[in-house]
Order: sequence, then C-alpha cells, then structure tokens
Amino acid sequence: MSAKITVENLYKVFGPDPDEGMRLLEQGLDKGAIFEKTGNTVGVRDASFSIEEGEIFVVMGLSGSGKSTIVRMLNRLIDATAGRVLIDDRDVNALSRNELIELRRRDMSMVFQSFALMPHKTVLQNAAFGLEVAGVDQETREERANKAIEQVGLKANARSYPDELSGGMQQRVGLARALAVDPSIMLMDEAFSALDPLIRTEMQDELVALQREHRRTIVFISHDLDEAMRIGDRIGIMEGGSVVQVGTPEEIVSNPANEYVRSFFYGVDVTRVYNAADIADRRQVTVLERPGVSMRSALERLYAGSRDLAVVLDRDQKYLGTVTAESLAAQIDGAGEPRYADAFVTDVEPVDATTPLAEVVARSASNRLPLPVIDEQGLYVGSITRAAVLRTLDRSGE
Amino acid sequence: MATNFRELIEIPIGPWVESGVDWVRDNLAGPLDGFAAGVGFLADGLESLLLVLPDWILAPLIIAFAWWRVGWRFGLFALIAMFLIAAMGLWRETMQTLALVIGASIIALAAGLPLGIAMARRDGVATVIRPVLDFMQTMPPFVYLIPAAIFFGLGKVPGTIATVIFAMPPAVRLTNLGIRQVSQENVEAGLAFGCTSRQLLYKVQIPLAMPSIMAGINQTIMLALSMVVIASMIGAGGLGNTVLTGIQRLDVGLGFEGGLGVVFLAILLDRMTQSFGLRRRRD
Ligand SMILES: Nc1ncnc2c1ncn2[C@@H]1O[C@H](COP(=O)(O)OP(=O)(O)OP(=O)(O)O)[C@@H](O)[C@H]1O
Ligand SMILES: [Mg+2]
Repeated sequence: MSAKITVENLYKVFGPDPDEGMRLLEQGLDKGAIFEKTGNTVGVRDASFSIEEGEIFVVMGLSGSGKSTIVRMLNRLIDATAGRVLIDDRDVNALSRNELIELRRRDMSMVFQSFALMPHKTVLQNAAFGLEVAGVDQETREERANKAIEQVGLKANARSYPDELSGGMQQRVGLARALAVDPSIMLMDEAFSALDPLIRTEMQDELVALQREHRRTIVFISHDLDEAMRIGDRIGIMEGGSVVQVGTPEEIVSNPANEYVRSFFYGVDVTRVYNAADIADRRQVTVLERPGVSMRSALERLYAGSRDLAVVLDRDQKYLGTVTAESLAAQIDGAGEPRYADAFVTDVEPVDATTPLAEVVARSASNRLPLPVIDEQGLYVGSITRAAVLRTLDRSGE
Repeated sequence: MATNFRELIEIPIGPWVESGVDWVRDNLAGPLDGFAAGVGFLADGLESLLLVLPDWILAPLIIAFAWWRVGWRFGLFALIAMFLIAAMGLWRETMQTLALVIGASIIALAAGLPLGIAMARRDGVATVIRPVLDFMQTMPPFVYLIPAAIFFGLGKVPGTIATVIFAMPPAVRLTNLGIRQVSQENVEAGLAFGCTSRQLLYKVQIPLAMPSIMAGINQTIMLALSMVVIASMIGAGGLGNTVLTGIQRLDVGLGFEGGLGVVFLAILLDRMTQSFGLRRRRD
C-alpha cells in the first residue's frame, strides 16, 4: 500500500499574529498560554501522519481539538501556517490557484455536517454541482449525477428540492454530490453527526458498502467512538491540536497512548471492537488424531494436567472436535475399537475467527465449555474460555 | 461671559458646503450635464412608454400581472384601484409617478446591488461605505432636493437623482447582509468543489442571498415611491403635484385623491415585488 495523503509537521495558528504564535510554540508554551499572551489560537500543532490509498481514516477528538481545521488543510480551505500536506506526493501548499482548483475538482470532494446543499437546486442539480462548476456539459453531468443519486438510493427524488427531504435523505444528496465527481479522496466533516442514531448507523453501513464497491480514500471526522470503530480502518486521535495516537481500533483500544485516549474508551462497548480471534488462546490441551497414537495416552495427559477437556485436530491443525475426559473414558471402556469421532461432545460448535465478541458472549453464556475458534480454512486458532470473555468485558468498565 | 456659543467659536459649515457646491458646479459642468442627459433620457423614455399606451390596455395588463403573481383576490384589488384612479382623473399623474419610481429604482439598483456585493466581498469597502449609508439614510429627505436642484435645475432629472440617493441604501445594505449571511459551510462547499471566486459569487452566494436581496429591492422601490412624492416640490411632477396643489389651495379633497393614488401604487408595487422574493418552484 502507498500513502495517498501525507501530513508532515503541520501547524495552524489562527489570530492576529500566527508567526508570534509559532515562536511561542517552539518555546514550548501550550495552547492556553499562547492564547492568553497573544490572542492567537493554536488550531493544529505539529501533526504528522499518513493515510493509505483506499482506507477510511477517522479523525477523532473532543470539540475544539482541531479536527475540522486539519481536514480543511488537506484541500486548503484553510492555509497551513507551517508544514506540508502531500497528496499523491504533490505539495498542496505549493500549488498555484489554478492547480488548486483543478485538484479540488478532480481529486477530492467533501461532505458537510450541515449538508450545505443549495436550496434553490433540485436533488439532481445539487448532485451535479461539482461537475457544473468544472464545466462539464449538461447532458454528461446529469447522467453522472443520476448515477450517483442511484448509488445512494434517491432515484425517486431526483426532482425534489432539499427542503422536501428528511435529514438522512439530504445527507444522501450531499454524498451523491461528492460521489458524482468520482474523486479519489472524500473528506467528511462530521457528515453523519446531525442525523438521528438509527439513520446514522444506516448511513455508516452504507458508506462501508459504497467503499466495498469502489475503494476511495476517505478522511472521516467524528467525535463519536462507536462511529469511528464501525467505519474506521484506522483512527487518528487529536487532543488540543496535536495528533496523539494513530492506529487500528484494536491497537488503540488495547494500547491507549495516554489518559486522554483511554478516557475516550471508558465504557466503550468492547464487544464491537474485538472479534473471536482477539480473545482466543491456545492454552487448551490439543491432541492430534493419527494412527498409532492411542486415545488412552490422551486421557492420561488430561488426568496428569487435571484438565477435563481436549481439542482434537488433524495433522494439518484442522479442527475436528472436542472431547472431555468423561467422553474419552466412556469410549475407551466401551465395546469395539475406540474412535475420537464417537467421543466428540455434541454441544460444542466452533466459532469463526471473525465473529464479533458480542455474538461470542451470547454463545459462551449458553455453553459452559470453552469455544473453539477456527479460521476460514477450518484451522484451529484457539479457544475462548468464559473467564477470557468476562475479563475482556470487565476491562471496558475500568 | 458670552451668552451665545456661536459668538465664541464660529465654524462655518454652511458656507463651506455652499462653496463646495459652487466649485462642483463651475468645474464639473461637463460630466454633470452628461449625467443629467442620461437620467433625463431614461426618465422621459419610461414616461412616454407608460403614457403612449391607453389606460384600457395598460390597466388590464397590470391587473393580469397582479393576478398572476399574487392571486385572484389581489387581481380584484388591482381592478378596483385602477378603476378608482381612472375615475378620479389621475391616470396620467399615476403613470408619471410610476415612471419616476421605475426610473429611479433602476438607477438605484444598478448602482446599489454591485456596491452591496463589493461590500460583502471586501471588508475595506464595507468600512468605507457603511457610514456613507448611515448618512444617506438619516439625512431628512428634503435636504437632497436642494443640491439636486442646484446642480440639475428643476424637473424630472433632479427629482430622479434625489430619489436615487434616498432610495439606494436598503438595496446596498441587504445585498451585503444577505451575502455575508450565507452559511460558512455552503461557501466551503462551493470552494471544496472547485469554484473560482466568480463562480462562488454567482453559483452560491448570490442565489443563497436572494431572499435578502429581494427584500432590499422591495424596500428601495417603496422608498423611491415615497421620495418621488416629495420630489414633486422641485418639479418632478406626477401624483406628488396633485398632493402639493391640494396643500397649496387647502383643497382637502384634491389632496386626499392624490394621496389615495399614492397608496394604491404603493400597495401594488409592494405586493408585486414581494412576490418575486418568494422562491419559485416547479417551473
Ligand atoms: N477561523 C478561526 N479563527 C480563530 N480560531 C479558530 C478558527 N477556526 C477554528 N479556530 C479554533 O481552532 C481550534 C480548533 O478548531 P476546530 O474547528 O478545528 O475544532 P474541531 O475539532 O473541529 O471541533 P468541533 O468538534 O467543535 O467541530 C479551536 O480552538 C477553535 O476555536
Ligand atoms: Mg469541527
């Protein structure tokens, strides 16, 4: 993967004398002190990170932490005070006015919290706005706008005006307007924050679905952790203008960089962050089914370790079944040639590695035996004990 | 002790203004004459346009327009108003006044709208223009009659010019205000999709400021109507003349008839221009 957007030591100081603000920043003063002394506001402070082609990168942080400022420096709606923004290795700050307009028309589009539609234009005309501005002829732009409207499921409303639509539908128009220009980058500033919760998750899922159809690089601003977890491939967390941590949701949840980041996750619903593979371990006794190794020795291993359960795998580590000491003993003492297959306990079904923790919780509640986890080839990944589930759930309430 | 402040310090503001006016008249005669000729051409042209059509053609046109823009009730009102104006024998005066209002409004808007746009786009322009507008609006309207008469004599031309000055401020102010009130995110949307600054103005700012701009246009027209009546004192003619004659002769009836004509015209102009402020749909 290659970096689509690279941000290097980016700063933004608002106010009467940004240079003075920069000087004080160098001396190590913080945002509050600089504002008190000079009336300059530090919007973004020494931000560096890169965004990969095709990923959804969520910028998260409290109000005033600089999220809006940082995305607006990506398409230069706000000029940076210092530092660089590279898009496809081109320095955005060095572009001429015309080059900048070209970049905005071809490569990046934006979706806004308040939708920012034109009330005097129909849905179709709104969706065609970017193309109209770029001078695309009417027939072509209506065709492309129609396609975008169809993608967001608003085909029936093409001739409506924005104020005839619900909030969710209006933001679909905003999304269609951004999609119609077929950009490689979409900037979304709290795009779903004004929508009510149900519509909001619907839109999040839709965005992920659109992304599956055609991968774009999306920079999504949010102050909602659930949203970030749901759609983000990676998350960047901002605090007081600085980017304090960048990583996948799992990385950040399991290893928060500081108290601020940790506080974000306080009470977070970890059942949506983790999946089965994350909490499975390989501490269970495993036995291989192969000719020559008797079931009796397996039973002895269980007795020796005072365990009462073993996972049976084949030579390729493929999961076959689970046996207990009881079922093994019964099989050995019974009539005929003992076979593992006859000793398997029937109420243990393996779970898929990608199963969300929420589902695992439900299953472990109804089953006292550890749950085996298998990957898509059926190979054994590990087992989830009830203790592990409880431990993980407990951590979210710390 | 001096009993009168004026005996201590005398600042001759009045005389200064007078000498300034003299200087302008002596040195800028050429441009002033050209300007006067242009305004005169517009005012005369509009007047003869409205008077060349007989009332039995023009009145139905106005009534139909009122019906179409506002509704049948208002069409009915227009019918009654037109009938009464004709019955009072004031058709000619009403059309003269209408011509003056239209002429002055055209000039006021042609200057005022671009000025409002310039104010909205540059804070510097706004800082300079705003006090000028305050001045123009708080000065009693009669005061404009004097310099207008001095520079341009008597008649429709100075009447129109005094009206333009008096009526222009709301168009400037509300255009500026409307553009400045366009939401930040709408402007950002325009820019983010690659608008040039000209495209931003025409495709985003002006359309979104339209309700405010239309309110300014409406107010300018209404102010023009009220000033046109006053301007009859320097010979602008029309319904103002009727009112003025009524006052001079202490003829209550005549004064009332002239006043009624102005009121009808005001209501018609107000409702019809307002109808353009509402967003049109499904066309
Ligand atoms: N135009 C401006 N002039 C002065 N200060 C500004 C300006 N824009 C933003 N700021 C300041 O910069 C800081 C970062 O603002 P920004 O809008 O980027 O925050 P945010 O993270 O998007 O917050 P929110 O969640 O409220 O949208 C804030 O302290 C804000 O007051
Ligand atoms: Mg913001």
